[in-house]
Amino acid sequence: MQSVMAVAKNTFRETIRDKILYNLVFFALLLMGSSVLLGTLTIGEHARIVNDLGLAAINLVAVIIAIFLGVGLVSREIERRTIYTILARPITRIQFVLGRYIGLVGIVTVNVVIMLAMFLATIWLSGFPIHAALFQAVQLILVESLVVMAIALLFSTFSSATLSASMTIGLYIVGHLTSDLKVIAEKSASQVAKAVMTGLYYMCPNLEVLNIKGQAASGMSLAIKTQVLATGYGVLYAGLLLLAACLIFQRREF
Amino acid sequence: MDAIVIERLTKTFTPMWPWQKASTVLTDVSLRVRQGEIFGFLGHNGAGKTTTMKILLGLLRATSGKVELLGAPAGEVDAHARIGYLPESPYFYDYLTAEEFLTFYGKLAKLSAGFIRSRVPELLKRVGLDEARHRQLRKFSKGMLQRIGLAQAMVHDPELIILDEPMSGLDPMGRKEVRDLILSLRDQGKTVFFSTHILSDVEMICDSVGILARGRMLSQGRVEDLVGEHGAHSIEVVCDGVVGDEVPIVKQCALRILQKGSRCLIMLPGQEVLEEVLSAVRNAKGRLVSVVPNRGSLEEVFVEQSVQRG
Repeated sequence: MQSVMAVAKNTFRETIRDKILYNLVFFALLLMGSSVLLGTLTIGEHARIVNDLGLAAINLVAVIIAIFLGVGLVSREIERRTIYTILARPITRIQFVLGRYIGLVGIVTVNVVIMLAMFLATIWLSGFPIHAALFQAVQLILVESLVVMAIALLFSTFSSATLSASMTIGLYIVGHLTSDLKVIAEKSASQVAKAVMTGLYYMCPNLEVLNIKGQAASGMSLAIKTQVLATGYGVLYAGLLLLAACLIFQRREF
Repeated sequence: MDAIVIERLTKTFTPMWPWQKASTVLTDVSLRVRQGEIFGFLGHNGAGKTTTMKILLGLLRATSGKVELLGAPAGEVDAHARIGYLPESPYFYDYLTAEEFLTFYGKLAKLSAGFIRSRVPELLKRVGLDEARHRQLRKFSKGMLQRIGLAQAMVHDPELIILDEPMSGLDPMGRKEVRDLILSLRDQGKTVFFSTHILSDVEMICDSVGILARGRMLSQGRVEDLVGEHGAHSIEVVCDGVVGDEVPIVKQCALRILQKGSRCLIMLPGQEVLEEVLSAVRNAKGRLVSVVPNRGSLEEVFVEQSVQRG
């Protein structure tokens, strides 16, 4: 466990010292600030606009961090050859992969918490009520980031950072359109197309399950059972991806 | 027990696609490194030295053959606690300071926080970087990076230290520092296995050497034995008051004669003609200045073997 935490801490430190993160948080702050201004220009639903833009900013920044730092988690270590000295230590490859993942989870969590605090401050300063649904939405954004990070990590165990980023973005988009895959499967005349689309529907992550931003912005809470199920689904999916990443990384040669 | 045992090691890289050709980088490589010795692993660029080292550390898998480090099969993670490694042209986490960097590697080696706290300053001092302990590695020169790399290989006080081209790219002073460090490690009873193509370094500090060419071991043994076996035992005779080319026996026996004024340098092929030549010089009223047996160098052995191998 000491080795895993050492790698996780180093991953955390690496990202903290990377200035890009500050830019992203600044961007989120700007977006939230603009929501207040935008709200004053619209008649009614001012609170909803602030909530909508705030949640969207948190989601966007969390996913950007998850994708662009996630794809470098392993591939960058291989490209820079830092992996040689790490794996020459008494640390297994699985411990290394887990350490890198935990480090990034820490980064995303800290960023989401900072952005949530800024978001809540924005709502409070605007004089609007703070709904419990907003916390639920942010928690599911965090779960979605866990899945996206695991996708990025899986790709980064066998391909370059650029290719991994493209594939992760692709899967992220598909993940939000999985219900369409089911519709296509149902409407398809060809049995092969039906089977392929149904297979893809079950294989691809259903990220819409984790997206409750719309209803949360209106202050509508999610049933606890649904929240727990959605969280369980995301965590399980991320776990399976991590397992696949570990299996692939075990077989790699450097 | 031997620190490293390699028997009939073969490594073939299998391509991803069937139409690509497989390439065999190591063929039937066998070598043994005794505990407590400095072993120089010699070979041209591309001979397979780095591949061998990567197999030792489990970064690559052997296609066939037996590889053991400190009695454990290669790639066994627990054995890594007793092994230190510095790769060729290493890149380190340049956002870390020297102190953070060594602490990180100490934690990876499962050292206690207390031990790391006392070990890191001691090591930084040993590699001459105590002044730079709070400096980020991105501000380090190449020589400093090599020294911090050596420090990370030693942070957990390993029994076996594997160094891939530790002197490459260093200036003469830097090379001397690395040589001294390797010698001091042997004095502490450590085994050092390092690859290089700088023969003078090997000759100066190694107990044993192995020569690798095109993925095959050409020879292995103690430096003096290899040089003794293969080296040309020529003899240099220097004398005054004689013109070498004018003395028939000298002209007949010498491999080469260099004349500078009245001083003459005669290069003889071996001991057997020495007495005859010395008598001829004396008879020609020459005065003997020196007789120096010319011991073969490791470079001669290396070149000779590499040429023979084609």
